[in-house]
Amino acid sequence: MIHRAGSGHPGGALSLVEILAELYARRMRFDPEHPDWPDRDRLILSKGHGVPALYAALAWYGYFPKEELLTLRRTDGRLEGHPDRCRVPGIEASTGSLGQGLSIGIGHALSGRLDQRTYRTFVILGDGEIQEGQVWEAALFASAHRLDNLTAFIDCNGFQLDDAVEKILSIEPVAEKWESFGWAVREIDGHSLGEIEEAIRWADGVRGKPSVIVARTVKGKGVSFMEGNNDFHGRAPTDEEFEHAMKELGAHPEREAFL
Amino acid sequence: MTPEEKTNWTEREGRLERFPIGRATRDAYGEVLAALGADHPEIVVLDGDLAKSTKSAVFAERFPDRFFNAGIAEANMAGIASGLAACGKIPFISSFASFLICKTFDQLRLGVSYSKLPVKLVGSHGGITLGPDGVSQMSIEDIALAASLPGMTVVVPADEVSTGALVPQVYAHPGAVFLRTGRNKVPRIYDPGDTDFQLGKGRVLRKGGDVALVACGIMVAEAIYAAQVLEAEGVSCTVVDMHTVKPIDEELLVLVARECGAVVTAEEHQIYGGLGAIVSSVLGRNHPVPLEHVALRDTFAKSGEPEELKKLYGLTWREIVIAVERVLGRKRRELSEE
Ligand SMILES: Cc1ncc(C[n+]2csc(CCOP(=O)(O)OP(=O)(O)O)c2C)c(N)n1
Ligand SMILES: [Mg+2]
Repeated sequence: MIHRAGSGHPGGALSLVEILAELYARRMRFDPEHPDWPDRDRLILSKGHGVPALYAALAWYGYFPKEELLTLRRTDGRLEGHPDRCRVPGIEASTGSLGQGLSIGIGHALSGRLDQRTYRTFVILGDGEIQEGQVWEAALFASAHRLDNLTAFIDCNGFQLDDAVEKILSIEPVAEKWESFGWAVREIDGHSLGEIEEAIRWADGVRGKPSVIVARTVKGKGVSFMEGNNDFHGRAPTDEEFEHAMKELGAHPEREAFL
Repeated sequence: MTPEEKTNWTEREGRLERFPIGRATRDAYGEVLAALGADHPEIVVLDGDLAKSTKSAVFAERFPDRFFNAGIAEANMAGIASGLAACGKIPFISSFASFLICKTFDQLRLGVSYSKLPVKLVGSHGGITLGPDGVSQMSIEDIALAASLPGMTVVVPADEVSTGALVPQVYAHPGAVFLRTGRNKVPRIYDPGDTDFQLGKGRVLRKGGDVALVACGIMVAEAIYAAQVLEAEGVSCTVVDMHTVKPIDEELLVLVARECGAVVTAEEHQIYGGLGAIVSSVLGRNHPVPLEHVALRDTFAKSGEPEELKKLYGLTWREIVIAVERVLGRKRRELSEE
């Protein structure tokens, strides 16, 4: 997708693949035929630049044809470079300016409570993203209002755009910060499906406070030369790199149909 | 068929004498800022985790002690700049133009504009031609927002040469300045070494008698292309590079409006609140003439390649030519009514 588009953010998309896979495959209730079903669980990708991973999940479950994935970022397509809730079914929030998704998630969670609906709202944030002040304003609000139907994931891949998070503006100790803001916190390996599944089950059981899952991840996970190489934060692989990457990932059976 | 559809655009395109492609304006900014840093120890630079993109990284490399990456926290960065400026520093803060202005607006309003502090805001990836990243990263409101702040100077240069010449003036200007730069390599309009640019003064690139084209940023090259096409068809155009959108060069505007009797503005920005709106205000108060705007018509753009987007959203010489035909029609009608 990103290779075909010629631009995009492979690193931050690859670090959240398992989280999305676990959520869509095993946890979330949704109906691609009725994307506005009021009782659906919500997934808000606050780190909007990771959207290719989300598009893949949405296409897989039939929100739109898989072939459309190859129109990413093109004028003749609707798969925008960052999420657009008005164009693509299954996209809950238009994001891409970092720091805004958790607040929107609170709106969904609050609305669910007011309407006595049982859906859960999941929000995925980047570790660089949580440097935004709005995230902490949202963190205060969610715990003050005991939003236990809200779960945040922090994709802690250690890097942001210019450099390592630790070098630019450290967010550590991140678990303690959320805890002191009144959230229930769990720290996991964000690439272990088992740990993700277990953490989601844990979050479903938390009462009286919002929950956050600090997912330790690897930026560019799954492609050796992208892992931990922040050069791939915001650039597409070349033809050669693409071939390599697809080999390493074990090319998808439907890949031929795509190409 | 409308007259527009009958026009042979290919033939017209063949008449263009295109400028050579130069560097991106953000590259010129990065280089000149780093050079200024050597002579001016009071320059302090901050960036919002986009230093590689805005090119403040060039300064960071040479003067690591005077560079701070504020992280993805633009409002905080603007507040810090306000404090630094209050202590006699000249802060240059950068991010994408959208985040730089939108995410910090209240801090800019109170801590910079109202506080009369010389903070220099440099927003890269201005307009829609950053392309495939799409709307969240684009800025089509930044000129309007920045211009609405009392005392804020707004600069939108067209190429690397004018950017390079204007950055030292942005530094030396006693007040706050917003400088919009672009992501892409753009046509180099001016000869390297040309320094004939003055903050607050438009530059006349072509003199004609029928219509004045007033443009900023990437639309200056398009305005010249439009003038080339029109010239061959017997319409002579004045072209003004209005790199300083605010305070706008009122004297020059009134002069060209008087000489030509019709004006077309062109900008890579939302139609409301930008260059066109400012020109309209000045001419409406001083010397009303038929006026047309080439700009985004109250719409966001979308993801796509820069050149495609320019076509899709009407930001090329073609739309300027069409606007000129329209404005000349109005001018003729008004003259015949008199
Ligand atoms: C408000 C805002 N500022 C800056 C950017 C530019 N930007 C895009 S991605 C990124 C780094 C994000 O880092 P992180 O949240 O850690 O995401 P990941 O590492 O998962 O890619 C930045 C600064 C943006 N999109 N929004
Ligand atoms: Mg990260």
